[in-house]
Amino acid sequence: MSNATVPDRRAPGGRRRIDVEALARVEGEGALHVRIDGNTLEHVALRIYEPPRLFEGFLRGRHYTEPPDITARICGICPVAYQMAACHALEAACGVTVDGQLRELRRLLYCGEWIESHALHVYMLHAPDFLGYPSGIHLAQDHRSTVERGLRMKKLGNDVMIVLGGREIHPINVRLGGFYRLPREKDLRALREPLERGRDDALATVKWVAGFDFPDVEVERVFVSLSHPDEYPLNEGRLVSSRGLDVPVSAFEDHVREEHVPHSTALHATVDGEPYMVGPLARYALNFDRLSPLAQEAARDAGLGPVVRNPFKSIVVRAVETLYAFDEAIRIIDQYEPPERAYLEVPPRAGRGHACTEAPRGTLYHRYTINDEGSVLDARIVPPTAQTQSVIEQDVRDVVEAHLDAPHDQLQHLCEQAVRNHDPCISCATHFLKLEVERR
Amino acid sequence: MAPLATAPRESQPFVREGPRPKLAVWKFASCDGCQLTLLDCEAELLAVAGEIDIAYFLEASSATIGGPYDVSLVEGSISTAHDAKRIREIRGVSGKLVVIGACATAGGIQALRNFAGEGGGPDASAYAALVYAYPEALEAMPEPSSTPVSEHVFVDFELRGCPIDKHQLLEVVSATLAGRKPQIPAYSVCLECKRSGTVCVMVAGGQPCLGPATQAGCGALCPSFSRACYGCFGPMEAPNMAALGERFAELGVDVEGWLRALRTYNAYAGPFRMEAASVERHRS
Repeated sequence: MSNATVPDRRAPGGRRRIDVEALARVEGEGALHVRIDGNTLEHVALRIYEPPRLFEGFLRGRHYTEPPDITARICGICPVAYQMAACHALEAACGVTVDGQLRELRRLLYCGEWIESHALHVYMLHAPDFLGYPSGIHLAQDHRSTVERGLRMKKLGNDVMIVLGGREIHPINVRLGGFYRLPREKDLRALREPLERGRDDALATVKWVAGFDFPDVEVERVFVSLSHPDEYPLNEGRLVSSRGLDVPVSAFEDHVREEHVPHSTALHATVDGEPYMVGPLARYALNFDRLSPLAQEAARDAGLGPVVRNPFKSIVVRAVETLYAFDEAIRIIDQYEPPERAYLEVPPRAGRGHACTEAPRGTLYHRYTINDEGSVLDARIVPPTAQTQSVIEQDVRDVVEAHLDAPHDQLQHLCEQAVRNHDPCISCATHFLKLEVERR
Repeated sequence: MAPLATAPRESQPFVREGPRPKLAVWKFASCDGCQLTLLDCEAELLAVAGEIDIAYFLEASSATIGGPYDVSLVEGSISTAHDAKRIREIRGVSGKLVVIGACATAGGIQALRNFAGEGGGPDASAYAALVYAYPEALEAMPEPSSTPVSEHVFVDFELRGCPIDKHQLLEVVSATLAGRKPQIPAYSVCLECKRSGTVCVMVAGGQPCLGPATQAGCGALCPSFSRACYGCFGPMEAPNMAALGERFAELGVDVEGWLRALRTYNAYAGPFRMEAASVERHRS
């Protein structure tokens, strides 16, 4: 928390207007607009002005084998989430289920992305907020070995993606039905020892972030995530909520409404009429007992209950999920036996397919309609940040209302942090935030 | 050439004396993947940060230092009137301007809308209407086309790839700061396959492969995974597109398939764009 005292920027006549140029350490371009009149918060809007790229438009007419690679380009931070959602939705349309070792390998690839993305957010984007540094690089000047630990974990996540996917950004080895080529067993085995050390680093990370100073906030939000009876959700499960929703993912659009709000190039979502959030806090609350015993124990030792309602503590939950991803990656490698084929055939047939997967930032939905020749007739994509955007705005509103008298810099910092708590990916939700606080 | 982090100090004039050179990273329409490549230089990142001032890099830091900047790295394509103005301002405060990735060098996947309306498909405004309920309310209403940075300002170097390769990025940053030409090959992926001993996926495997026309730099990654190259590094220098098109046809790829192969992540790059246009002319 910034304790810096700043000059009071009250304009003559008791009106306050504060303009701040940029909110950093998020993925993408947008703006936060806050207007305060006296002691009343008038308006909060997360403005996303990342230029629209219109993916759903140009997916029409593409071949059904292309969306995994094309939609990966929506986000360089979580391309695997897009590849997996596209594959599952198109396989569902074609009536093919990928299971056994191929399913495990997909899960392993996804663990790599969770580790890479979470370690990036925890160490480089989020921890600096709690320790008073402008970036992970500045943090490293005083805490070099700590930041090196984070980079080491991030690199391991990338290494998993390289072995399974060929490269860490926009992997090339994912296809409908499985993979172009199975990973070499010796490459997989070679990951095991480093992953064990990574798991120790992840455990140390949970302890490190649990010791940060958190604002005392508890908020009631509707949580939504996938849920699977046997595992912490990544690629598969039913869509569940903290309000009792429990439906197959094909019913996503019966419950989730996306609205285009004029101030943004992203779309806002509600579930059964209520704003809701996806991501680590939601996933954790709805699936706590399916975390590995080690991850559950680490969470309890960090002082977390099975439900966390303080958005600032999302960094601890993210660290717990990172630990889980290491644990799960090791489990998969230990049980691995090469399947006979790298992929199943997925012949096209006219139909519609749906899928949700758990991107590091939360539930990602894809739906495709294809014809008998395999042409994409229609595509719909609902990224996680668009779903959480209303809750991000609500969090900012809560923070401002609780700190109306706070000095400008402190309030600005709290607003930025309230946004960063959600690890928003504005590239996905379309993309850098400018923060403007206007006080009258 | 050793990467920046391990290069001997004497050979790097930019670290000899005086203030450290200032690097800025800018983003336009893109997926963030190419600037993430800088953060993916995990082993080199802190060493690089010690040698240069990362003066403006919003994805990584809330600390910003004003220009001018010795080197600006630009990710993303120019797709709004506001961005066309912003890139001119950035050029004005940048000593060297290096653009990174398929979006900045060729308009990116979003440049597919540049071809909207051709062949009876939906036009760009129809695209927006598919995605947004009130396209007219979009503050950042896209221009009809998504264009490379070089169509707007002078560019000192274009680093290809969707995404870029991190070793190439380190070479380009090192070379640019040292004031020498980056050693980035302009030959095709085929040479990389031959050099690494990868069996040809087209000759031996019968897969239609864009490698013969695509610039090297990825290390012939896809063929090493038994997959045909899909051209994410864009066209090589002077490719023979027509001959490759014939080869695709012999391998059973129809005209639509050839057009799709040309129109992905580097659809607006000269040779790919012109071949696609020529194919469409002959078809109609």
